[in-house]
Amino acid sequence: MARIAAPEVRTTNRPVGLAPFRTVLPNGAVVVVKETQRTPSVTMNVAVRSGAVCDPVGRPGAMNLLTRVIDRGTMARSALQIAEELDGRGVTLSIGVTRHLVSIVCTCLSDDFESLMSLLAEIIISPSLPEDELAVRRGEVITAIGQDEDSPAVRSTEGLMEMLYGPDHPYGWRLKGSRAVVEGIGREDLLELHAARFAPSELTAVVVGDVEVATALDIANRAFGRWQVPPPVPVPLGRPSVSAIRRRAVIPMMNKAQTDIAYGFISVARSDPAFYAHWLMNNALGQYALGGRLGDSIRERQGMAYSVSSALEAQIIEGPLLIRAGVSPENVDRAIASIDQELANLRSEGLTERELTESRNYLIGSMPRTLETNAGVANFLQRAEVFGLGTDFDVRVNDLLREVTLDDVNAAARRALDPDRASIVVAGPYDAQ
Amino acid sequence: MATLAEARPSARIRVATLDNGLKVLIQEEHTAPLASVWCWYKVGSKDERPGLTGASHWVEHMNFKGTTNIPRDQVKGIIEQFGGSWNGYTWIDQTTYLETATNDALDRMLFIEAERMARCLYHPDDCESERTVIISELNGGENDPDQFLDQELTATAFKAHPYRHPTIGWLSDLQSMTRDDLYGYYRRYYIPNNAVLVIVGDLETEAVLRRVEHYFGDIPAGPEPLRQKTIEPVQTGERRVTIRKDGATAYLKVAYHAPAIDDARFFPLLVLDAVLTGAKGVNLWSSFREPPPQRRARLYTALVERGIASSISGALLPTEQPFLYYLSATATTGTSLATIEGVLLEELEQVRARGITLAELDKAKAQLGARFVFDNDSISSIAHQIGYFETIASVDVFSGLSARVQAVTLEAVNDAAQLLQTSNRTVGLFDPPPVG
Repeated sequence: MARIAAPEVRTTNRPVGLAPFRTVLPNGAVVVVKETQRTPSVTMNVAVRSGAVCDPVGRPGAMNLLTRVIDRGTMARSALQIAEELDGRGVTLSIGVTRHLVSIVCTCLSDDFESLMSLLAEIIISPSLPEDELAVRRGEVITAIGQDEDSPAVRSTEGLMEMLYGPDHPYGWRLKGSRAVVEGIGREDLLELHAARFAPSELTAVVVGDVEVATALDIANRAFGRWQVPPPVPVPLGRPSVSAIRRRAVIPMMNKAQTDIAYGFISVARSDPAFYAHWLMNNALGQYALGGRLGDSIRERQGMAYSVSSALEAQIIEGPLLIRAGVSPENVDRAIASIDQELANLRSEGLTERELTESRNYLIGSMPRTLETNAGVANFLQRAEVFGLGTDFDVRVNDLLREVTLDDVNAAARRALDPDRASIVVAGPYDAQ
Repeated sequence: MATLAEARPSARIRVATLDNGLKVLIQEEHTAPLASVWCWYKVGSKDERPGLTGASHWVEHMNFKGTTNIPRDQVKGIIEQFGGSWNGYTWIDQTTYLETATNDALDRMLFIEAERMARCLYHPDDCESERTVIISELNGGENDPDQFLDQELTATAFKAHPYRHPTIGWLSDLQSMTRDDLYGYYRRYYIPNNAVLVIVGDLETEAVLRRVEHYFGDIPAGPEPLRQKTIEPVQTGERRVTIRKDGATAYLKVAYHAPAIDDARFFPLLVLDAVLTGAKGVNLWSSFREPPPQRRARLYTALVERGIASSISGALLPTEQPFLYYLSATATTGTSLATIEGVLLEELEQVRARGITLAELDKAKAQLGARFVFDNDSISSIAHQIGYFETIASVDVFSGLSARVQAVTLEAVNDAAQLLQTSNRTVGLFDPPPVG
């Protein structure tokens, strides 16, 4: 069969390397700056290591609720003044919470950078959490919890996380919590949570965009440099125990048209030297070319699902490897059997050299796209900081991937993927009988 | 050879048309060693006749299934070997395919798109396996009440124009369409004189043009596709659709027939939407991924700040023919849809009767101006907008976005607000029955 012709076009590849400027302020806050001139705009990615793992025991969802109201008033500005500031400048602002981080990501025009950095610092350092604002945001969160409970995709994934990590581990808790818990959280609880967990030692401010490094550092220093709060007590986070048996649960949702399958394992921590082998293995298993081996089997060859993929979640401790598929109810058992078969094949026969090469080329080659936009660079640098990867990680990552051998990847598959110890949650119009 | 520089809609966009009718638009962007290739076809769900609804989208799926010179199992990985991303989408007016990768993959990207235009296979087995994949996609969408309501509302708002049927198609058509239906559709619309090729990136324009000619120059032009001519009759009274289906959350959607991109009222209505729900911009590819600045927007303060809705959004998308302006609200738990509808319609009546203020106009323009800047932060996003606007109108619209918004007057916005009248309205409710 004819193959692809490959005539060459002259290109202008340049050496990669972000080389951002990084400094630690006297109070422990980290500031990372990368000047770019793509557009006259700046993205700020400010994160505090105070994610959902900091939820008080018995109160999952507290940190999420805090993030919903944290930007609705500060000691210096009312919610109305903040709203005017944001809307008047056409700013894009997102506040989110993950297992380990509270993140505020803001993109503004370059001329507005100083004003917005100052506002973000106020929001993080001295939120006032007004009662009336809390009441409205609580209502929004309760509504969102209802939407999640009506979503087979969310129910299956949350159910799997609880099955994998157990109800006593923060990774097993729902980020938004439950309606009953959220209704019971008051302003004083959130002020206490903020005081306990927000500190400069936990903060990293990444600035990427059309602003000179010296200017950005000066503005960041003025915004965060005077914040003086002692470091919080670390949250104890036990290592999860890996299941020795295969487990399966069904969440019937008979009002839905399609069933979602969440199938997974506890994998490795981001700091584990084997992470890179797992990263490559996961790419070949469930990502490369629209779902990897799983996509080829379940979507392409059997036509059972529009969406099927796997994801390796990088975390501070052992994160999950999640396989997800949306299928019609009559195909649930067949889809699970196909996943079992693909995992068994991967364990017993391993990847081919070609598959490893393709996945490696993809991950290395995708770096320029990852780093194309200000927001992309800011997110990359923030993650590098969170996981202690260094400011030169964008340069080193390619060699780290090249060093992984086929034996490493196949060892990762044998370690991570055992259908006999899989945890599986099915949510949707599915009758387990 | 290419007939170069027919027009220069922007000093930075080079426009050329090959002898076979393929229009090529190139913009050099040297901010990163990347290139983005988008091949657009002027075919979307509005071109589908009854019985073939969903054909445009299904054809899009089939065009990732192998060609004469690209084995089926290599189509999806061919760009990823370069670390590139690829995708495609189908909507009411157009279908597009894209690759973004390091610039040394340009030839490969052009080769794929040339193959896709002329030499896809449509093996009967692939058509069958994709049938169930697409039905799975449809069912997945129906799991989301908001998406389900959107589909029902649109079908109610239009009674004649093919914008009424969902891009994914109706289930019975997906069950009955044949391989020959799909292949015939493909051959009818996938011709160079019905396509627009957009290339943006760290490249040299003249060299790119030569490569385009190499890959696409021999593909023959085809007969100009027939276009549907139905014009939606003027709506003469409010329409309503209520879905009673189990669920946890209630949703309200209100749609008004809205002007097409070439209508002078489009940009005034876009400004009005910014006043009502916050500025999103006009980039279907990226505008809706980030939350708009909306905390002082009229409907946000009326609905969300009062705690009766957990979200409110507006959507006015540029289209070739008159489509819809949507307003969507999610009821907070315990709030009735009647309450939300009452407040929302009262706010709309206020703006219709009294218009907006000069301060609101200025703020909306500033917001939209910022959005246009943010929307140009990647070559994929730039290439998307060039192709999107060229497909539905002209790339000139993209080049002139900021100027068109800045030229909007208070009077024009207030005139556009007259579209929000009762007789032009369709109301959709997703109203789950009480549990128990």
